[in-house]
Amino acid sequence: MFQVRIHGRGGQGVVTAAELLSVAGFREGRHAQAFPSFGSERTGAPVVAFCRLDTRPIRLREPIVEPDALIIQDPTLLHQVDVFGGLTRDGYILINTSRTFEELGLEEFASGFRAERLGTVPATEIALKHVGRPLPNAALLGGFAALTRQISLESVGAAIHEKFPTKVAEANIAAAAEAFAFVTQQMREAASAQAG
Amino acid sequence: MLKQVEGSAAVAEAVALCRPQVICAYPISPQTHIVEGLGKLVAKGSLAPCEFINVESEFAAMSVAIGASAAGARAYTATASQGLLFMAEAVFNAAGLGLPIVMTVANRAIGAPINIWNDHSDALSQRDCGWIQLFAEDNQEALDLHIQAFRLAEELSLPVMVCMDGFILTHAYERVDMPTQEQVDAFLPPYDPRQVLDPADPVSIGAMVGPEAFMEVRYLAHAKQRQALELIPAWASEFKRVFGRESGGLTHTYRLEDAETVIVALGSVLGTIKDTVDEMREQGVKIGVLGITCFRPWPTGAVRTALAGAKRVVVLEKSLAVGLGGIVSSNVSASYMGSPDLVHTVIAGLGGRAITRHSLQKVFTEAIDGLLEPVTFLDLDYAMVNRVLKREREQRRSGPIAEAILRELGVVAAKIG
Repeated sequence: MFQVRIHGRGGQGVVTAAELLSVAGFREGRHAQAFPSFGSERTGAPVVAFCRLDTRPIRLREPIVEPDALIIQDPTLLHQVDVFGGLTRDGYILINTSRTFEELGLEEFASGFRAERLGTVPATEIALKHVGRPLPNAALLGGFAALTRQISLESVGAAIHEKFPTKVAEANIAAAAEAFAFVTQQMREAASAQAG
Repeated sequence: MLKQVEGSAAVAEAVALCRPQVICAYPISPQTHIVEGLGKLVAKGSLAPCEFINVESEFAAMSVAIGASAAGARAYTATASQGLLFMAEAVFNAAGLGLPIVMTVANRAIGAPINIWNDHSDALSQRDCGWIQLFAEDNQEALDLHIQAFRLAEELSLPVMVCMDGFILTHAYERVDMPTQEQVDAFLPPYDPRQVLDPADPVSIGAMVGPEAFMEVRYLAHAKQRQALELIPAWASEFKRVFGRESGGLTHTYRLEDAETVIVALGSVLGTIKDTVDEMREQGVKIGVLGITCFRPWPTGAVRTALAGAKRVVVLEKSLAVGLGGIVSSNVSASYMGSPDLVHTVIAGLGGRAITRHSLQKVFTEAIDGLLEPVTFLDLDYAMVNRVLKREREQRRSGPIAEAILRELGVVAAKIG
């Protein structure tokens, strides 16, 4: 089982991101379970959504307390909510930011994890460019696909197509593709830095 | 067809496949997505003929459903929590009149304090209302139970409540196998009412009944529910024949072979319990699960048989009989032939408190080690409770409890776990 926790703020599409991830997993023949943190969400309030992916039916209903991957849609949450709580040492982190882990003040924290599993992507900027609105979730899922290789970019695109009307879907798919390329390049650079 | 959809969307589509003719809707979380989904299907014309009626309250929702059903229409509504309480008088009437209405209850806590999250207080508060009450373990079963519910309701001329955990199921995206219209039509014949308001053949429904016959009418309601205990498994078999999967029935058992400890529960928490039991089985613990699918009528015989070999029983329930302890456990105790001391009640998940494998394994182990009190509250913050009690001892005007606890916790955002 692969467990993903998504942190964001009400209105950023956190719940939709989990839903899309589950549809992408389903399209690849896996069992997937997505669910929100069930709060009475208000715009701007911290929100959490969850997604589990597995090759077997998923029965577990507890919230994800030990995620394999974290997607952080809003870096301002880093100092407000215990977003990293329970993350496994081999876990993946993807943060929506144009800054680096060092610039976010996370250098020491990041040193406890595998560098090639830590990614950043300016998903809001990418969304503004393609979608025209600051909704980073499609771009983040593209970045997630590149970082974790748990799902393909094609499946992310298919899930987006299923959810949105064609024009909106295509803009979001373009955002996902750019983020995928961005994170892929980042991973390549991280790998060569490690090798060097 | 396999689909990855929200639980509410799956239920809306399944209800539509049952060809309801009248749907009464009044919004309340976490049920709202279901009637919204049905409203869209009616507006599009893909669910027709069907009258979608926006009513002014839950009391009106059930009253309109009663009228529609008495006029011979297949009637459906959905509600939760305070909404179910607000319609309570009409809920009893629907059962007393023997009208086969189907209603989804997206289970949610009851206030005060106001709380929109899941537990079973709403449905269990209506346990003696005369409706059949079925509890879904996952979204596939929620979908399937609705199809079975219409059949069951109309064959027995009794209303059926399908209970699914609010948010945990209603808002969860998971895989479901959506049946075809042909399959549902093969299983569910058109509604052929036992009683109908027909101008060509007039009757009155809802007469006043005095002491001379009231007992008999009530007895017949009871007898009909006990009769349902035989029909429910038969229809679950019929369902399997048409749809090719097990769903519904009275109970589900899991790893009961040689189980010395049996955990009894309702609804979606059974999934987490089964995962916990698998882990404990790997450690050599003889433990199994009895899931109650049909809570009303209470499946006395099936429960008794399932618990026959148990040395101890732990009833884990998302409900509380304030001043007594467990509601489900009271029913279980009445069916268990062993000593009542061996039935433990664990109250869990009230108001949406997360139920984790970690806490379950701990409480099950305590039961096996003989350390469990007769009634336990899972993950209760006793330090917090004791501070409140201390304040109440020391101060006459100790103030409202809920607000004081929230202030102490400094809650700004719901915790993850």
